[in-house]
Amino acid sequence: MDVRNARYSVGSRRIFDGLDLTVARGSITAVMGPSGTGKTTLLRLLTGQVRPEAGTVTVLGQDVVALRRPELFALRRRMGVLFQHGALLTDLDVFENVAFPVRENTRLPEPVLRRLVLMKLEAVGLRGAEKLMPQELSGGMARRVALARAIVMDPEILIYDEPFVGLDPISMGIVVRLIKRLNDALGITSIVVSHDVAEVGSIADYSYLLAGGRAVAGGTTAELNASAEPAVRQFMQGSAEGPVSFHYPAADYHQALLDGADLAGALR
Amino acid sequence: MIAALRNVGAVTLFFLRVLGACVPALARPGLIVRQVYNSGARSLIIIMLCGLVVGMIMGLAFADMLARFGSESALGVAAGLALLKELGPVLTALLFAGRAGTSLASEIGLMRATDQLTAMQVMAVDPMRHVIAPRFLGGVIAMPLLVAIFNILGIFGTQLVGVQLMGVDAGTFWSQMQNQVDLADVGEGIVKSVVFGVVCTLMAVYQGFHAVPTAEGVGLATTRTVISSSVLVLLFDYMLTAAFL
Repeated sequence: MDVRNARYSVGSRRIFDGLDLTVARGSITAVMGPSGTGKTTLLRLLTGQVRPEAGTVTVLGQDVVALRRPELFALRRRMGVLFQHGALLTDLDVFENVAFPVRENTRLPEPVLRRLVLMKLEAVGLRGAEKLMPQELSGGMARRVALARAIVMDPEILIYDEPFVGLDPISMGIVVRLIKRLNDALGITSIVVSHDVAEVGSIADYSYLLAGGRAVAGGTTAELNASAEPAVRQFMQGSAEGPVSFHYPAADYHQALLDGADLAGALR
Repeated sequence: MIAALRNVGAVTLFFLRVLGACVPALARPGLIVRQVYNSGARSLIIIMLCGLVVGMIMGLAFADMLARFGSESALGVAAGLALLKELGPVLTALLFAGRAGTSLASEIGLMRATDQLTAMQVMAVDPMRHVIAPRFLGGVIAMPLLVAIFNILGIFGTQLVGVQLMGVDAGTFWSQMQNQVDLADVGEGIVKSVVFGVVCTLMAVYQGFHAVPTAEGVGLATTRTVISSSVLVLLFDYMLTAAFL
């Protein structure tokens, strides 16, 4: 996967301005960055849901921007995406959720489909939950069902959008190990979008740090931890002080408190 | 004015996309039958209840009005024509917009808010084909059936009050209706019910599909569904009535 000089805006807000990023085949690549830096938008670029205003997005050797709809759908069949909150189809049970992409994209006989789905559910430890509805699952279970669905078509690329958000430590540990295991066992190219530095750093072969519409740093977790770059240090150490401002731009704080109504009068 | 034209254009384009998706959706009849159940069967109780009550009101009001002109015998034909040509299709459509339309719009809006539609796209499944077209076809099939049930209950209600309570002769009631209501009147009602089915379901799926993915956005989509469906049903009713004159 290769993104070159990508530019993308939403309304008047520039999300990417010259983004360059390369993901090696078979690796786990982490894309990190503060909230609002366009991490989820990057996933939408990679899956062809949005098109950049300028630059190229190449996935599995194909230029996503130039693809027509049937070719784009064919490419998407080779990719799996784990959404932030699972995005399970609420009118289908666990089994049917995992079977959904297979039913829609192939004509596998029912007995084969059943075995395939059970194998994927077993891989995420939820074979016994096949009859449950999404509403009956905990957050971690829903994420694992979504993971089973994402791998059911045996994708070459697996994209994880904030896979650790809202998970308890046990579920988080399970998901971290699953990502690593799937990558090792199936040779899938994995992209993990997250701002959980410790979790994603523990399994990533390479990490990018997004800020200001571009990748400001890239390297292994150890390299990023050792970086002298102020923005990288601030993010990796989780500090409020640094080039990435915690506060949204605003007028002078003290002046704002002194302005306006007569506070003393209002309190009397 | 420009915004209104843009909306009309957007709905028209969306309608064409839905029609395009209906052909492949027909290959999955199971999905359509499920939506006929969701839109139709789940609206049945309210449609039956309202049909019966409207018929009973007509039995009271028409019997009283016609008695002033000494024309109680016309009760059957008056109720039959009013129900088949106007009240049945229009009231059913308005009830459908409030019951099934809002349910469709909020369901699709929530699917968007929870990334289910995006997930389908990423899984190389077209939501127009899998979500929108079956719901559209389900609504369009359900509406004429609901109108027929509304009309049957309405006529029964009119008979119940007009004949049993107000004393209109039963033989006159039924024979007048049989003689004066012809197939063209029934056909007008069927055409209207199909058109209203298209209008109400299209508005519901359009508003749901384009809902802003927030709680407020989904709420707004359901409100807009009821308002736009109701206004369009009345507008189309006027145009169709004029066309059938």
